[in-house]
Amino acid sequence: MTALMDQPLEEQIAQWREYLRRRQAFHGSDIEELEGHLRDQLTALTESGLAGEEAFLVAVKRMGSLDVLSREFAREHSDRLWKQLVIGPGPAEGSASTGRTEMLVALGLAVAAALAIKVPALFGLQPDRGAEMFYFRNASLFAFPLLAIYFVWKRGSGVKSALWLALPFAAGAVVANIHAFRAPVGDTEVLTVLHLPIALWLVVGFAYLRNRWFADGRRMDFVRFSGELAIYYVLIALGGMVLIGFTAMMFKSIGMNPERLIGGWLVPCGAAGAVLVGSWLVEAKQSVIENMAPVLTRLFTPLFTVLLLAFLGTMAWTGNPIDVKREVLIGFDLLLVLVVGLVLYAASARDPQAPPDFFDSLQLLLVASALVVDGLALAAIAARISEFGFTPNRVAALGENLILLVNLSWTAWLYARFVRRRGSFDALEGWQIGYLPVYAVWAALVVVLFPPVFGYR
Amino acid sequence: MDMGKDLVAASATPLVLAILAEGDSYGYAIIKRVAELSGGHLQWTDGMLYPVLHRLERQGLVAAKWSASESGRRRKYYRITRDGRAQLAAQRQQWQVVDETLRGLWMQACPA
Repeated sequence: MTALMDQPLEEQIAQWREYLRRRQAFHGSDIEELEGHLRDQLTALTESGLAGEEAFLVAVKRMGSLDVLSREFAREHSDRLWKQLVIGPGPAEGSASTGRTEMLVALGLAVAAALAIKVPALFGLQPDRGAEMFYFRNASLFAFPLLAIYFVWKRGSGVKSALWLALPFAAGAVVANIHAFRAPVGDTEVLTVLHLPIALWLVVGFAYLRNRWFADGRRMDFVRFSGELAIYYVLIALGGMVLIGFTAMMFKSIGMNPERLIGGWLVPCGAAGAVLVGSWLVEAKQSVIENMAPVLTRLFTPLFTVLLLAFLGTMAWTGNPIDVKREVLIGFDLLLVLVVGLVLYAASARDPQAPPDFFDSLQLLLVASALVVDGLALAAIAARISEFGFTPNRVAALGENLILLVNLSWTAWLYARFVRRRGSFDALEGWQIGYLPVYAVWAALVVVLFPPVFGYR
Repeated sequence: MDMGKDLVAASATPLVLAILAEGDSYGYAIIKRVAELSGGHLQWTDGMLYPVLHRLERQGLVAAKWSASESGRRRKYYRITRDGRAQLAAQRQQWQVVDETLRGLWMQACPA
């Protein structure tokens, strides 16, 4: 640093450096090289009599427009944009070394998750010797706490908040294991398996948002993160299946039976580790390429709208009622989940300030037709509910249907207002985001209350 | 005089290689040298030099090394390689052909 550099000038240089850093095309060493150039130029200009401010303006002007410059860099280093998926620094983190540290932390936690899932085996709980349900009940407890640790580390949240986060996980572990579920596999046990991850995902959300769930406006980021993670997880799982296929084929060809290796190690360890690896990839490639979830949403919203309308049309034409079988209620629950997901991810990618367009009307049509379809299904079920009696599965499914129905009804109302320009998109987004904890609370209720209430059936 | 963009781009490689053939150098000094030699007529946008240097580095025509500058900051110094010298010789011949052709034409048109 030369003596010529005064304080305001240093600040301006720092600001300029920050602008460069936000461009994906520049790496740490490029920025250093360009900054060195800028400083040489500034020294020369100041020596020739220009004052600090003027010298800075001239030097930056001579450097050329950042847009053009980053385009040139991107052209020369087109590989970088892809490498950034894995080792690149995020816009805020800065140098490549933090990217590497993060990689090491994430991979270390992934290995820890993979090992954690093998710990119960040390105490004689083998998945292939009658303890499968133990693993299913506790599935989320192997990877999610480590994922929370990853976010506590990444956001620098501190030990105190980490301890607060540990409480719900500990509670989840207790609840999942104290109930004396009836052998072999009771309905309430399956419900626990399905609902505990939903409840605990909210805790991961707290860690993701630095424990500022209520104060922070960044909850939509967590929604985005969840969707991207789901997509990455599916991709990693597909790759994992290829790996397992080859493992089986190759070891069988030399007369070995790899089933224990695959069932005992590859699948459980891979499934646990992939949660961490997937999360890290989502975090690392943030803002580098367009998110996938909104793209899929755009693709499938029209298709599902057509499906629902065709279904309603066919029902009206033929007069066939919905045949209420065992799975129907759950099937329509899933349909509502899907519609809520489409609305949520469309909202996550939307500019809240933009005026309503054709796609918004399409979304409104989707929500409205889903409501009608679900209303028909519920009516059919209600007509025969007396024959059913109350089982834990039906109560859980009905409760979920109700929760989603409330969400979608109000969504439809807000969407209609927005499309007619009577309300803002903010209100809709706020409603969706504010509703997120309801799912987790309901899931927690199912996990905690249902087994004792229904006598562990 | 405003040089055409294509001409500036085309002349960048031989200019950088020729300057590095004089001795190892770094970005800012190369730009200064170009301005000095051309009497200020050849003005590059400063930043544009760096993608060129990085391309030459990737092609193996120059080699780069970080070392301390006199001000104490790290600075990236560039050195021409053997391939770079060969490339420079080839470019030199090509530019000479262009130069001679144009010179012949223009001598005929307006004999000075």
